[in-house]
Amino acid sequence: MTGDESASGGGAEPADTAATGRAGLRDGATTVLPILVGVIPFGFIIGLTAVQIGLGPEGAVLFSVVIYAGAAQLAALNLLGAGASLPVVVGTALVINVRFLLYSASLAPHLAELSRRQRLLGAYLLTDQAYAVSVVRFRERLDPRSRWRYYLGAGLAMWFTWQVSTVVGAVGGGAVPESVPLGFAVPLAFLALLVPNVTDRPTIVAALVSGVVAVAASPLGNGALPVAAVSGVVAGGALGLWRGRR
Amino acid sequence: MTSTPVLAAVLVGLGTVALRGSFLVFADRLAELPPRVHEVLRMIPPAALAALVTPALLRPDGQLAPLGPEALAGLAALVVAWRTRSLLATILVGMAAVVGLQLLLS
Repeated sequence: MTGDESASGGGAEPADTAATGRAGLRDGATTVLPILVGVIPFGFIIGLTAVQIGLGPEGAVLFSVVIYAGAAQLAALNLLGAGASLPVVVGTALVINVRFLLYSASLAPHLAELSRRQRLLGAYLLTDQAYAVSVVRFRERLDPRSRWRYYLGAGLAMWFTWQVSTVVGAVGGGAVPESVPLGFAVPLAFLALLVPNVTDRPTIVAALVSGVVAVAASPLGNGALPVAAVSGVVAGGALGLWRGRR
Repeated sequence: MTSTPVLAAVLVGLGTVALRGSFLVFADRLAELPPRVHEVLRMIPPAALAALVTPALLRPDGQLAPLGPEALAGLAALVVAWRTRSLLATILVGMAAVVGLQLLLS
């Protein structure tokens, strides 16, 4: 997996073989795997919800392929089921997805050397899960192609898992055992990915402020997440800039 | 399917791709980031990840439960994450802890 340092500036890539490409993809896919275990029940529920509000399995597939964002899909489906108007449904789902703006800004410097087509595909595949494992891996020194393969491997593994689990939920529905809280694996995975990102006082403040605001604001529903994240970024960023000025 | 859900899916999908692509698509034009901007961008991972974690641990069913099974299991998982830096170990310990604590506390 190492020894592939030739393509540092996006030029020729003679030492690049199909084997190193596959290894990079596999690396990303296997790292995201433990999180995917927790994603499956979430996909189930969303597939089931689509059928329950009368969209059928084809509606579940449409939502999962076109939107491809669990929390936004669930909110949109619930609102549609409750008879909400189109602007309310679209507005709520997009507010939930504002966090992708932050992820996009955070990943952009790491993926800047890729072609525009790769970055468009990367944008479509951007999820909490793919972002979280990639941003941790990108702290290491990697050439742009290795970064892309890792990201693509994690992103595709997540995409297929999401599509299959929503279809299974839509078709098979209702047979999820309640005794094992598999969904709890998702916050645990994010916790494990949070720790390496907390390296100094500004990042501690960013995590603490965001975490506290997220808990305090959670009665507001899914809109709490972007509010919390932005509060954390502002607080941590302000401290970092102030410390840098002295 | 009537037209409203289809339209909703398409509009949300387009808006979401725009949000996801916002900075990524123009990344080549902002490759040279000023250090001050980098200092702020650096805060995104800890802030976003913390916001995804804390409500699930402290408000698992909507009510504040700082000593509930999820919060205590999360604390155990935090210690494991800190010590091992292992994703799998963190998930395994956290899952075992939450299942055990739910049995104990119910």
